[in-house]
Amino acid sequence: MKERLQELQAEALTKVEEAGSLKELNDIRVSYLGKKGPITEVLRGMGKLSAEERPVIGALANEVREAIAAEIENKQVHLEEAAIAEKLKAETIDVTLPGSPVRTGARHALTKVVEEIEDLFISMGYTVAEGPEVEKDYYNFEALNLPKGHPARDMQDSFYITEETLLRTHTSPVQARTMEKHQGKGAVKIICPGKVYRRDNDDATHSHQFMQIEGLVVDENIRMSDLKGTLDVFAKKMFGEDREIRLRPSFFPFTEPSVEMDISCKVCGGKGCSVCKGTGWIEILGAGMVHPNVLEMAGYDSKKYSGFAFGMGPERIAMLKYGVDDIRHFYTNDVRFLKQFSKHEA
Amino acid sequence: MLVSYKWLQEYVDLSGISPEELAEKITKSGIEVEGVEKKSEGLKGVVIGHVLEKEKHPEADKLNKCLVDLGQENPVQIICGAPNVDKGQKVAVATVGAVLPGNFKIKKAKLRGEESNGMICSLQELGIEPKVVAKDYSSGIFVFPSDVEVGQDALAVLGLDDAILELGLTPNRADAMSMLGVAYEVAAILGREVKWPEIKGDEGKEAASDYISVSVEAKEENPLYVAKVVKDIKIGPSPLWMQTLLMNSGIRPHNNVVDITNYVLLEYGQPLHAFDYDQLGSKQIVVRMASEGEKITTLDDEERTLNSGNLVITNGTEPVALAGVMGGANSEVGAETTTVLLESAYFTGGSIRRTSKEQGLRSEASSRYEKGVDPNRVRQAAERAADLLARYAGGTVLKGSVEADTLKAEPAVVSITLQKINSVLGTELVMDTVKDIFNRLQFETAVEGDEIIVTVPTRRGDITIEADLIEEVARLYGYDHLPKTLPVAEALPGGLNDYQLKRRKTRAFLEGAGLYQAITYSLTSEEKASQFALEQGEAVRLAMPMSEERSTLRLSILPQLLEALKYNLARQNDSLALYETGSVFLKTDENELPREKEHLAGAVTGLWHSQLWQGEKKYVDFYTAKGILEGLFEVLGISESVVYKAAEEDGLHPGRTAAVYLNDEKIGFVGQVHPKVQKEMDLKETYVFELSLEALLAAETTPIAYQTIPRYPSVTRDIALVVDKRVTAGELYSVIEAAGGKLLKEVSVFDLYEGDRMEDGKKSIAFSLKYFNPERTLTDEEVSKAHGKVLKAVEENTGAALRS
Ligand SMILES: [Zn+2]
Repeated sequence: MKERLQELQAEALTKVEEAGSLKELNDIRVSYLGKKGPITEVLRGMGKLSAEERPVIGALANEVREAIAAEIENKQVHLEEAAIAEKLKAETIDVTLPGSPVRTGARHALTKVVEEIEDLFISMGYTVAEGPEVEKDYYNFEALNLPKGHPARDMQDSFYITEETLLRTHTSPVQARTMEKHQGKGAVKIICPGKVYRRDNDDATHSHQFMQIEGLVVDENIRMSDLKGTLDVFAKKMFGEDREIRLRPSFFPFTEPSVEMDISCKVCGGKGCSVCKGTGWIEILGAGMVHPNVLEMAGYDSKKYSGFAFGMGPERIAMLKYGVDDIRHFYTNDVRFLKQFSKHEA
Repeated sequence: MLVSYKWLQEYVDLSGISPEELAEKITKSGIEVEGVEKKSEGLKGVVIGHVLEKEKHPEADKLNKCLVDLGQENPVQIICGAPNVDKGQKVAVATVGAVLPGNFKIKKAKLRGEESNGMICSLQELGIEPKVVAKDYSSGIFVFPSDVEVGQDALAVLGLDDAILELGLTPNRADAMSMLGVAYEVAAILGREVKWPEIKGDEGKEAASDYISVSVEAKEENPLYVAKVVKDIKIGPSPLWMQTLLMNSGIRPHNNVVDITNYVLLEYGQPLHAFDYDQLGSKQIVVRMASEGEKITTLDDEERTLNSGNLVITNGTEPVALAGVMGGANSEVGAETTTVLLESAYFTGGSIRRTSKEQGLRSEASSRYEKGVDPNRVRQAAERAADLLARYAGGTVLKGSVEADTLKAEPAVVSITLQKINSVLGTELVMDTVKDIFNRLQFETAVEGDEIIVTVPTRRGDITIEADLIEEVARLYGYDHLPKTLPVAEALPGGLNDYQLKRRKTRAFLEGAGLYQAITYSLTSEEKASQFALEQGEAVRLAMPMSEERSTLRLSILPQLLEALKYNLARQNDSLALYETGSVFLKTDENELPREKEHLAGAVTGLWHSQLWQGEKKYVDFYTAKGILEGLFEVLGISESVVYKAAEEDGLHPGRTAAVYLNDEKIGFVGQVHPKVQKEMDLKETYVFELSLEALLAAETTPIAYQTIPRYPSVTRDIALVVDKRVTAGELYSVIEAAGGKLLKEVSVFDLYEGDRMEDGKKSIAFSLKYFNPERTLTDEEVSKAHGKVLKAVEENTGAALRS
């Protein structure tokens, strides 16, 4: 009987090893370990054995049973893994096909530039002031030291609606309005973005509608060196730490002294190239100390208070920053243009 | 203003300073030099030739065969097509090997069988702008005076080797509209002296006052009028050096008299006018305002009708010049002129500006008067011009001048303290530095303690207050030397206000939802201005539009946004989603500002979503546009206050448009563009919305109130209702929500069927209702009770039948 058990074990283990599927394996389990299986049969025949032999054969039969069961268990894990692997293999996809698109939009390039400038000045303690696009002649010109008939009004050819109202030619009236609201007292620190309009024929460098962003600081003891320092911070944050600024004398009726600010040309590093027209410098903005007449007209005592103001064109900055070659692109809204500004920039 | 470097040297020593260096210095200290041009740069090989012989080309009527002496051993043969070429002329010859503008190289050539060794040049061919070439030479070669030396460099003789600085003058610097003015500026920068022209002042025996009398009626507009008379004039060309300086300054030479007045205009900045004395028709000059409808024919042969705002020079009866703008044709100096009446006057800017604007006539004279001339140069300029007429037009200057003078031309005296200068600039200048700057400008100064009293010459009419003096100090001290500081002020908190923050949030949401921000023009045509207007009102029209297309301020954003779609569709961009925020304008009272409101508009067309290789395609529809708004309202925290009602709007599909109400106030609409409009504009199916952004952002938002995450499960019950087609989902929603009680937390539509299997006029709509109690697990009984109420209400109020 001992031989028979050993024979059965060897036979079963061979079958287990050869089993190719979970079903085959289950059949083996049933046929060898089941109640009608050969091991059970062997055990039934134990009655013929002597009392000494009986426990020995019984133990052996259990050993055989366990060995077979263990091997079946073992094999089952293997077969299951293989089956899963097979299944997964069948599920393979082409991972290089494109993913399901998620819609993305984008902010307009000009809004991007305006918000960037707003945020920069907000971090320096400025608030954002806005005003109407249709203005009174008074706020657009007179309150800014441009009385009727002043030759400098020609610098800003305007769209009038009536004798007294017009499309604002700059965002400076917001400054006049804000100062007026302060009634001659206390500090003003604002940045004023917005649309402005001038009588220009639209071409690659001119637009009858464009954006402006201006800043104004009024307080006791505001100095021109403060303007220079502020513009230096702006230029470095906006255009890069390695940029230098240069102030050139200029003229605006509402500031005196008036200057224009250039930044050193990034393309040529100041040696002169086609971008900077050979000068090594690129004009960015106009600025100056608030004209005493402007302060007085808004109710500020120009002996006690002083201030500086600056103004720039987001179109020009966007054109420089992104290399846009035609100002009309900002207003035709070609999606092939708009799409290019969705990326985050460092 | 074009400034000849060579000419400038006559008034200030420029030794050691190249034109480029000079340009840089001028730019840095006050006047932008926009360019430095050397016309002869890149050109070579042009010499003065002497035409020895001229005969017709045997084969070509219009060509001449010339033998030209170039100052070399042998004269050469040149074929010339200019009609005015002639024997004995001195001409500019581009020799073989010469290079002309446009890198045009001159080679030996054969023209119709005849050899040509070079080219006789017109001024235009040498790069001179046609508008400054004298009329005599405008369609032929230039003939030099006979005394020029043969073989000389013709480019140098023509002053083309000069460097021309182009000054971009701001309106305040009228003083730099003259060579002397620029000389003062340059002298201040370099710390050098200004040299004035020498005036001999020879006079004849007769007195000017025997020839002319002057009376000014319009004293305010013309406080000073100086007349001089010069006899024995011989009209002819002015000297070549004068012609070249004029051309280099952008002025066309005419004859010696006109050229001299222009020359002195450029030199002194004082406009002059020369009348033909014999054509004046009287012996008097009367300056007055024109009468309404009075006429004058100006030098450009235009007959002009005047009004009482125009200042005129008359002979006592009729106008002979439009004062300060242009002379009259009736008294023009011509070839026959022998006696000249020279006018040098001070006209105030206002009247000249008005006249020049009304007549659409700007001249070198008017542009100077408009900005203000130096009252102290009026007489000097007259003397200088008379002197030049004597020298270069053979004239005899009559004794004295005839004047009408009520002008007060006192220099301004402005004082300032050193402390003020330093506190405005943020500098630590000492008095000597400041004084030196004013002295370089040739301003007289007196120092008293901390105060400096500055006497400003009349040529600098722009300096009247302290700030003007500070600017002079700053620009000549140099902005490069200014320190960089930051304002020392009370720390104000910076930031955006609530409206600005929410507007940014709105933009961010829309961009996240897949829309691109557009910016369109506020000005549109009158017709487009009021299309899709949310609020009916009158549009604001410009007084003088540049075109009908841009004549009126918009009442809505959509028309322009649709234009943007059209633009893109025409360029194969056919799936589009755009939005814009911007102002619209409603007219109020005349001379009052219009009501300006910020709107938000959006437009979507084409595919909303597609995954081509998977065969998925979703086109935009009404619910795409509405979904965008719903998301936005959610983000803004106002969705619970918003209601949509079917509506009809101009330009929109009558069956696919909803008005949007916020707290019972209509704030906008969402819908499909009317198929008729779509067709007219070549659009495809397009869905749009336009809302009052102000109303949206002004709405009270529900504050974020945290609610604990539910611990107990909810129970969902679905119902399918068969209702009349006219019953809207919105009505069913409100009935369900009202009947559901506290336990009903969420209602959503999950199916809609209107197909063939339905009875006529009916539709099936299925809702999913979620019941939930935050305090405990709901029992079946509780849910059934609540749900039963809903079913009953729906049946009773909408006639719905429950579908099994
Ligand atoms: Zn460069």
